[in-house]
Amino acid sequence: MTSLTKPGDRKKARIDSLAEAGALSDEEGVSLWRSAWHRLRRDPVFLIGAVIIAAFVILAVIAPWIAPHDPAARLLIDQRTTQNPVPGPQPGFPLGADDAGRDMLSRLMVGARQTLIVGVLATLGGFAGGMVLGTIAGGIGGWADTIVMRIVDVMLSIPSLLMAFSLAAMFARPSQWTVILAIAIIQIPIFARLLRGSMMAQRHSDHVLAARALGVRPAPIVFRHMLPNSVGPVIVQGTLVLAVAIIDAAALSFLGLGNPDDTQPEWGQMLGRSQQYFNTHPEVAVYPAVCIIVVALGFTLMGESLREALDPKSRR
Amino acid sequence: MLRFIVRRLLQAVLALFVLSVLLFAWLRSLPGGVVSALLGERGTPAAAAELRAQLGLDDPIFVQYWRFLERALRGDFGISNGVYRGEPAWDVFVQRLPATIELSIVAMVIALTLAIPLGYIAARRKGGWLDTGSVVFSLIGVAVPVFFLAYVLKYIFAVQLGWLPPSGRASVGINATHITNMYMLDGLMTREWDAAWDAFKHLILPAVALSSIPFAIIFRITRAAVIDVMEEDYVRTARAKGLTARTIRGRHIMRNALIPVVTIVGLQIGALLAGAVLTEKVFAYQGIGQALAIGFERRDYPVLQVLIMMAALIYIVVNLLVDIAYAVIDPRVRTK
Repeated sequence: MTSLTKPGDRKKARIDSLAEAGALSDEEGVSLWRSAWHRLRRDPVFLIGAVIIAAFVILAVIAPWIAPHDPAARLLIDQRTTQNPVPGPQPGFPLGADDAGRDMLSRLMVGARQTLIVGVLATLGGFAGGMVLGTIAGGIGGWADTIVMRIVDVMLSIPSLLMAFSLAAMFARPSQWTVILAIAIIQIPIFARLLRGSMMAQRHSDHVLAARALGVRPAPIVFRHMLPNSVGPVIVQGTLVLAVAIIDAAALSFLGLGNPDDTQPEWGQMLGRSQQYFNTHPEVAVYPAVCIIVVALGFTLMGESLREALDPKSRR
Repeated sequence: MLRFIVRRLLQAVLALFVLSVLLFAWLRSLPGGVVSALLGERGTPAAAAELRAQLGLDDPIFVQYWRFLERALRGDFGISNGVYRGEPAWDVFVQRLPATIELSIVAMVIALTLAIPLGYIAARRKGGWLDTGSVVFSLIGVAVPVFFLAYVLKYIFAVQLGWLPPSGRASVGINATHITNMYMLDGLMTREWDAAWDAFKHLILPAVALSSIPFAIIFRITRAAVIDVMEEDYVRTARAKGLTARTIRGRHIMRNALIPVVTIVGLQIGALLAGAVLTEKVFAYQGIGQALAIGFERRDYPVLQVLIMMAALIYIVVNLLVDIAYAVIDPRVRTK
């Protein structure tokens, strides 16, 4: 997890010496990120989460090479009968097949990749949108803040998952991209709020006042002094959103609003579309569900322990 | 106080106005446009032309929005073409709302009666096995897709064990009088105990599945709040004064710790509405959630339109009430 501490350090180095005084350091002169890392290394919650996520990401990268079969090939389609629509486990197919005779194990392995793509892109989309709105509101303040925050309030006044359903229903041909877009949009107000809140807190902090007194223009103050110091809570939120995005993608598929093309499997899609077999062949749903639960738990554990480690109140 | 309420009320009205604009834009951006959305499968070119003229789609956009608003205020959202074919969309909402209110209330009651005591006990024994166990349990609760949990409950308790009914709101052959359309309440009001019991059995599984959403969050907020409050000086003072543990718990710890819980309960109404779409679909429970699920599946836009708007309206009003209640409980909020 050195990647987490390094960007903070590099940014810190770039900030001029005056601004540095109040930025990332506390009384003992240890940066927030370094002290957080110090605690995280010994936190079992964080370690369990990190191991799950690392395994998930590695699987997502190498799956196509280690999967025993082509996930889209209907290898066991001949075994499919009206009495038994789901071919069971057999040599070479340890978990059996899905209702189209495709190898379940291969689909689960390759599914990690699509699941990661959907989760990461949806989170990045929400993050980017929230970043724009939050920077405008927190950076400019005044009337811009009022307008942006009213928009955010209205977006938050619609139950978020319901909004995702409504957005996804706008497209005549749902696809992976409409799923990502719908989930990304509902995350925008949350990211915007967070970022604005932490930038507002920065506006009157010593290092920003110092930079202003030195005659630094508004734009560099926002982008070089305020924004880098506001990303902590946003990263925590991003980790938690990744879990939510994967679960929400499953809910969209469950309602028939997901990606109909299942040649490239995704866990949420596999789970969402397994409903008709649940009472007779629950394993078709249980396999992708367990994958989703484990990965969502991994992101949640990591997010929660990061939140605690970065919270100055809980630093002892 | 009055100023706070007025300001909060104005905010709610503004939110509703923007919401109506969004809904109007949403309806116009639907696949095939508003005409095919409203006509559904009955859309012949002649009917489409007639409806275009009738709706005045060639008028300026402001005129169209005004007309949309006028119709919405009259409860005229068009005719359902998927959920109850041929029925006014507004009636679908009115008929199904009580079922979802009943389900949400039971789910919320389950969540609150479990989460608040558990949160309190976990906080008092912070770090103990009960605390660790329930924190892990609540984190897993967040990670489980609610419709999957619903299917698992249904599979175990209805399909395999046969203890509870797998779907619907009432058994066939139960002859019940309906007053409010909340079946359990109706049974209790008319003293048809068998009908009330039957309705209750139908409610248990969907309500337990639905309660998993607010449960995890209420538990964690309660736990965190109790931990915070227990470190306050006034709790130490109360203890030093020699007050009984019961008085300290009731008057000093819980009264303060429950303030954030009240807000969260309001915010969870929205999650409950969205969760109802998923659980009601699994249990074929005839509430507005199931109507939304069917509406999304069959693209029944008139019904979706009214249900989404009313869901947002309910959410806005509930949170308005929560904020006002909050200001009454905690005077600091008013002056912010």
